[in-house]
Amino acid sequence: MKSAVLIFPGSNRDRDIIRALEVVSGQKPALVWHQETTIPDVDLIVLPGGFSYGDYLRAGAIAARSPVMSDLQRHADRGTRILGVCNGFQILTEAGLLPGSLMRNAGLNFVCKTVQLEASNANTVFSRQYQQGEIFDCPVAHHDGNYFADARTLDALEANNRVVFRYANGTNPNGSLNDIAGIMNETGTVMGMMPHPENLIEELHGGVSGRGVFTSLLEAA
Amino acid sequence: MLPTFNNNAPITPELVESHGLNSEEYAHILELTGRTPTITELGIFSAMWNEHCSYKSSKKWLKTLPVTGPCVVYGPGENAGVVDIGDGQVAVFKMESHNHPSFIEPYQGAATGVGGILRDVFTMGARPVAAMNALRFGAPEHSKTRHLVAGVVAGVGGYGNCFGVPTVGGEVNFHARYNGNILVNAFALGVANRDGIFTSQAEGVGLPVVYLGAKTGRDGVGGATMASAEFDDQIEEKRPTVQVGDPFTEKCLLEACLELMATGAVIAIQDMGAAGLTCSAVEMGASGNLGISLDLDKVPCREERMSAYEMMLSESQERMLMVLEPSKQAVAEAIFIKWGLDFAIVGETTDDLRFKIHHHGALVADLPIKELGDEAPEYDRPWIAPTPAAPLSDIPVLADPIEALKTMISSPDMASKRWITEQYDCLIQGNSAQLPGGDAGVIRVEGTQKALAMTSDVTPRYCEADPFEGGKQAVAEAWRNLTAVGATPLAITDNLNFGNPQRPEIMGQFVRAIEGIGEACRALEFPVVSGNVSLYNETNGEGILPTPTIGGVGLLTDWTQMARLAFANAGDVIILVGRTGTHLGQSIYLREVHQLEAGPAPSVDLAEERRNGDFVRSQILDGCVTACHDISDGGLLVAVAEMAMAGGKGADLAELSNASAESLFGEDQARYVLTVRPEKVAALLESADALEIPAMQIGIVGGQELKLADNHSISLELLKQTHESWLPGYMSGTKA
Repeated sequence: MKSAVLIFPGSNRDRDIIRALEVVSGQKPALVWHQETTIPDVDLIVLPGGFSYGDYLRAGAIAARSPVMSDLQRHADRGTRILGVCNGFQILTEAGLLPGSLMRNAGLNFVCKTVQLEASNANTVFSRQYQQGEIFDCPVAHHDGNYFADARTLDALEANNRVVFRYANGTNPNGSLNDIAGIMNETGTVMGMMPHPENLIEELHGGVSGRGVFTSLLEAA
Repeated sequence: MLPTFNNNAPITPELVESHGLNSEEYAHILELTGRTPTITELGIFSAMWNEHCSYKSSKKWLKTLPVTGPCVVYGPGENAGVVDIGDGQVAVFKMESHNHPSFIEPYQGAATGVGGILRDVFTMGARPVAAMNALRFGAPEHSKTRHLVAGVVAGVGGYGNCFGVPTVGGEVNFHARYNGNILVNAFALGVANRDGIFTSQAEGVGLPVVYLGAKTGRDGVGGATMASAEFDDQIEEKRPTVQVGDPFTEKCLLEACLELMATGAVIAIQDMGAAGLTCSAVEMGASGNLGISLDLDKVPCREERMSAYEMMLSESQERMLMVLEPSKQAVAEAIFIKWGLDFAIVGETTDDLRFKIHHHGALVADLPIKELGDEAPEYDRPWIAPTPAAPLSDIPVLADPIEALKTMISSPDMASKRWITEQYDCLIQGNSAQLPGGDAGVIRVEGTQKALAMTSDVTPRYCEADPFEGGKQAVAEAWRNLTAVGATPLAITDNLNFGNPQRPEIMGQFVRAIEGIGEACRALEFPVVSGNVSLYNETNGEGILPTPTIGGVGLLTDWTQMARLAFANAGDVIILVGRTGTHLGQSIYLREVHQLEAGPAPSVDLAEERRNGDFVRSQILDGCVTACHDISDGGLLVAVAEMAMAGGKGADLAELSNASAESLFGEDQARYVLTVRPEKVAALLESADALEIPAMQIGIVGGQELKLADNHSISLELLKQTHESWLPGYMSGTKA
């Protein structure tokens, strides 16, 4: 699987994602600086976690206007798979590639803990390694992960099975509507999620249940 | 109140005094300059000669600490200590206080404390891989405490999370003696290649001195002088001297510095911390036997009409000073532009050993550079030996050990700190092997099987009762916590927080604590490689509890050998290693159950500490141990309860059914609780016996309750609820 990771100033889980991609696919991703205007032809583009531009203004808002974003849009139009994790999810919503927005956590504090996720739709290129309805552990670490969208958008997401991952068993850490942890676009090629599967891929992490996201993509490639 | 901006303002005695300089110090300045100093020069002297930068009260005693050892690459004197961890790699670490700013403005004070310590580490060429913090707040019922906890925790998290370093450990205590003067001690650790370490020592004349990072503003002017003054009720007026942090810029600065260092362009580098441009420039020149000439017109400023005085004393954050290889200047500039940071050549190295500052075409300061540091005052302050606390007279009877346990584990110091630790990203970088809540935080060294363990320890109530034993205990507990995860202790950083050293009884605490620390470091071969002294932690004449925080670092050659404190398997046998408890003086039990803060501190037998610890570590590395926890605050029963809660498994402690308060809650030192598989018990007890180490079976893991006897038991669920509920309840305002 050929992949690329976009790096913005303030990205800080880029190294975590790069290692996850290497461990799972055996190939190093290409690194694309935010000021570049072309993203190479790859099977997967990842927007990593972090605090791009310090999350000043709004989380992801400034990064969504970076030079690299117009080529990301072109890739999205062509159907290249795009994964945004945490700040990457925030950037994708700010760029209009995914609907809704991520507000300040309901508890108002940054939250780092392990939650449980349910694979609400295991029939996607991002989740096919999980069983439908499977519940698994995954860490979160964010300040602005409270997913919000208007009622019509939420209905459309639910009606079209576009909620890929949901917080399960009362572990919603941020107040997200419908316990939404990850959603995809209409064509199922762009997904954003707040939790960090890249931090649960080896024995050291105390589990490997985050691998499924990457092995799903690998299988799809 | 800022002095006039006119560089030639008359230097009045009031002006000298307001710079924290006494008349003898000023006389020495006149001697060194041979004339009346300019206001800029006076500011430079005040910055270099205050307690915070010059260590003038503490230097004499710091020199007595052991600073060498087989693993030590750089001891105190650099930005951070450096120890060898094998395979050509080093660990770089330090702990530093940001107490006064955090009391005045908790979010920014704590945030910039974290930023400062991270910068110390990456200035040396190491990528920060872990952070910890030791926080001490006033009594929970004090009107400011809740606000300070919320602000400091948010500030620590806000900076560290955005910068991208996992916070893997720390301490939080509450005590009325911190009501007017909280402590925020921040620790950071980085990893580098041994041949890739950078220092501040400049070499070569006529080389460009380059300013990098954020722009200079008026924030923090006089900050180091503030850190060296006592508080009174007007302290809130000092708010303008607190700096404002920008972790995003710091993250960019980290990446830019590491990228630049890899090009070979950096000859010397120094971060701008306390007293900013002044300290960093003087340090670079003096350590390299060079003069430095600066042109302030070139310094990137974010405010207009800044005076030379303000620029030299500004503590604006996220700034660096470097001496660059001239041929690589274009490469360096390109890297900094890429990261959106300021890059300006602001001066050069010279051969005249002078520190010359030019501003608007005039020479506004011209001082001998070596003497600014070397001739800083050094005091042998009078001290009186503290009187150790009186022995306990009569100890109240233990009514119900389970009720006592519940009271203790729900008390502010002992209650779960999850509300705090969940606000810190402890997972980022993907190398966290042991998270907050264990005896030590553990981080795998990326790309290897090795792991670094770290812990922050001190028991201030022991130090108050007996600074010497308290100093020993702080070091011993750090050593023990590293041992409890299976790590070999390497070295420490010390962050010494005390009151006003001009009071002989406070100076006595300081001297005796250092003697205790030194003795323990020597006995445990655990040298001091970096540190920081914070004095004048007083408000309205009352000092804090003496708090010499020890940050210890250890090495595991293979992280898979690491021990954890959580009970692992039902049926495992629980073993106490070390003597049966006898010491209740200054214990959590007496304080929380009987409201008695009394008695002597426990004494530390360092030979016993080492014997027991080396035995426990060898058992862990041999794979015999399924869980391990050191015994400290709260004694044996609290240690067992913590292991049960972490593992979600109960224990039957039949052997303790008739145990005394001393054996259940005594805080005797050099002790551990282990669990082992039943078939390994005999061998372990036998090896302990052969080494004359006391070890005894105290119970069996299993079930969903902690049981001493039929009428003395508690469900795990209730235990956890009791332990977890205090802090969230307090912070939500529903509890005092």
